[in-house]
Amino acid sequence: MGRYIIRRVLQLIPVFIGATFLIFAMVFALPGDPIRALAGERSQSESVREALREEYNLNDPLPVQYAKYVGGLAKGDFGADFRGRPVSDTIKQRVPITARLALVAFLFEVIIGVAAGMLAGIRQRGFFDSLVLISTLTVISIPIFVLGFLAQITFGLRLGIVPVAGIKQGWVSYILPGLVLGSVSLAYVARLTRSSLIDNLKADYVRTAVSKGLSSRRVVGVHTLRNSLIPVVTYLGIDLGALLGGAIITESVFNIPGVGGAVFDGVIRQEGTTVVGLTTFIIIVYMGMTLLVDILYAVLDPRIRYD
Amino acid sequence: MDASSAEAATDNESANEPLLAVDDLHVEFRIEDGVVKAVNGLSYSVGRGETLAILGESGSGKSVSAQAVMGLIDSPPGFITNGSIMFGGQDLLTMDAAQRRAVRGEKIAMIFQDALSSLNPVFSVGWQISEMYRTHRGMSRRAAKAEAIKAMERVKIPDAARRVGAHPHEFSGGMRQRIMIAMALSLDPDVLIADEPTTALDVTVQAQVMDLLKELQEDTGMGLILITHDLGVVADVADRLVVMYAGRGVEQGTMHDVFSRPAHPYTEGLMHSIPRSDVHVDRLQPIHGNPPDLLRIPSGCAFRTRCPYVVERCRDEIPEPVQIGAPVSADATRSSSCFQWEEVVGHD
Repeated sequence: MGRYIIRRVLQLIPVFIGATFLIFAMVFALPGDPIRALAGERSQSESVREALREEYNLNDPLPVQYAKYVGGLAKGDFGADFRGRPVSDTIKQRVPITARLALVAFLFEVIIGVAAGMLAGIRQRGFFDSLVLISTLTVISIPIFVLGFLAQITFGLRLGIVPVAGIKQGWVSYILPGLVLGSVSLAYVARLTRSSLIDNLKADYVRTAVSKGLSSRRVVGVHTLRNSLIPVVTYLGIDLGALLGGAIITESVFNIPGVGGAVFDGVIRQEGTTVVGLTTFIIIVYMGMTLLVDILYAVLDPRIRYD
Repeated sequence: MDASSAEAATDNESANEPLLAVDDLHVEFRIEDGVVKAVNGLSYSVGRGETLAILGESGSGKSVSAQAVMGLIDSPPGFITNGSIMFGGQDLLTMDAAQRRAVRGEKIAMIFQDALSSLNPVFSVGWQISEMYRTHRGMSRRAAKAEAIKAMERVKIPDAARRVGAHPHEFSGGMRQRIMIAMALSLDPDVLIADEPTTALDVTVQAQVMDLLKELQEDTGMGLILITHDLGVVADVADRLVVMYAGRGVEQGTMHDVFSRPAHPYTEGLMHSIPRSDVHVDRLQPIHGNPPDLLRIPSGCAFRTRCPYVVERCRDEIPEPVQIGAPVSADATRSSSCFQWEEVVGHD
C-alpha cells in the first residue's frame, strides 16, 4: 500500500509540470502587452515600463520565467496581480466560498445520486427505475443556466423557501446553487450506480452469496454494493476535484464570488498572474483528489494494489 | 468396482429415506423468443453418504435443475412449473422465502465451476468463510475467524492461519476451489451440490479436488451431487449416475451398471465418444447431429433425431422411464427412458 501511494505521488509530478507549464505558456502567448494594459488610458514612460517588466521577470525567456514561478510556488508564493495584491490572498478569499458550494453540491450527488441509483437498480424496469431514468435524462439535457433560473424562480421567488442569490445568509444560501451545480453529476451518479449495480447483481459471486443463505438485504447491501460503488467512487472523486475548481455559470447565475468567477474576471482583464495562479491552485486540488481516488480505489478493490 | 457398488447399494437400503428427492421437476424460462424448456420431468434422489453424478452436455438442464434445488432461479424469467423437491420431509418448492433461506447454506450447500468469479473479489477469503458462522450462527468476528481457519485447514490449504486474510485473486485455481468447498461445508450441510467443480482446473488439480471432495464426504456422511459433462471426472467417485438429455433424465443406475451396460442410446453414444483405457478402439465415434434447441424440442423422444435405434413410435410418444431389473441389474433404481432399451443393452 505504501509503495502504491509513493508511486502514485511520483506520477503526479510530470502531470503537475505539464499542466502548469501549458497554462503558463498559453497565458504568455496571449496577444497584448500586460504592462500597457496595466496603465489603461494613462500614459506611461518607457523607463517605468522597463522597470515593471524587470519586476515581473517579463524580460526573461519563457522557461526561466516558468522556473522562477515554480520556485515561488514552492514557497507558497503565487505571485501578485497588477494592483500588487498577492494572488494567494484571492485564493484565500475565494476558495472557502467555492469549497462550501462544492461540498453542498457533492452531498446532493452522493446522497441522492447513489440512493436513487440503488433503488432503481434493485428493481430494474420497475416504476422507480423508469422515474430515475427519465428524470436524470431530463436533467442532463437541460443547460445548467436554465436549471439555475428555473430553480431561482420556483424555490426562491414562488415558494420563497431559500434565498434567490448571493451568500449573505450563510449555509442556506448555498442550498439552491449547490443543488443546481450538482444536478447534472447527480444524474450521472444515479445512472452509473444503477447500471453498475445491475451488472454486479448478475455476477457469479452474488449467486454464491444467495446460496450461502444470506438475506437479500445482505446480498445487495454488503456483497453487491461495495463492488458496484468502485466506478461511482472514481467518478465522484474526479467530480469533487472539478467542483472545487469553481463553477463559472452557476456562480454567475447565483451571484456567488467563488474561484470560477475570479478566473473568468482574470481572463477578461488579461491578468496573467491571477489566471495562472488560480489555475495552478485548481490543478493542485484536482491532482490531490485524483490521488485520493486512487487510494480509495485500492482500499475498495484489493486487486488494484498489485497492478 | 463390483464390491464397492454392492456396498453402496446396501447403504441405500439401510438409509430408509433419501436425503433429497427430486420428483418430476419442470423448469422453463419465458423469454421474448418463446419458452425455453430447460428441465422437463427430472427425478432423482440422493441418500446419506451417497454420491450421485448428473451427467449431461451443456444445455441438458443439469445446472438449472441444481439451481432449482438451491432456489437460485430468478423468476421471471425462470419458472418451476411442476414437480417437488423433498428435503427433510418437506417440499422445498412450497416453503416461504425465510424457510428456504434457512435451508440454503445450512442444510444444502453448493459450489460452482469458476471459483474466481464465484468468490467476492473485494473481501478476504477468511471474511467470506467466516460470514457463514457470523450470519447463521451469530458468532463474534473473532470466533468466526478462528472457525474459518479450521475450515481452511480441513480442505488442506497450507498455512491457513496466515492466508486467512488474503483475497481470492491471490490464490491458485485449485486453492480457490478448496476455499469454495471450505465455505460450502462450513456449517456441515447434509447435501453438497457441486456444479462442474473441476471443469476450470488443470487435470492434475482436478484429481486432487475430486479426492478431497470424496474424503470430506466420507468424513461427514453428506450426500454429494456432482454435476458434470465429463464422464472421466465422475467415474471413480460417483455411486450412481443420472444421464440428462434435453431436460430429462434419460438413464439412471449405479455407476458400474451404466458404465458397463448402457441402456439408453445417448449414454451408449457418450461411452463410444470418449477414449477409455480399458477398451481398445481404433476410432472414437461421435454422436451425430446437434442437441435440440430447447425452444423447439422435437415431439416424442428428444433424442430420436440422432438415435441409431429410432423406430416409428419414438416420434409420437415420449418414452417414460422403464425399470430395468434383473438380470441386467440388481439395482432397484436402474431405469432407461427408451422404448428400445433391451436392444441397446444387448448391443455391444
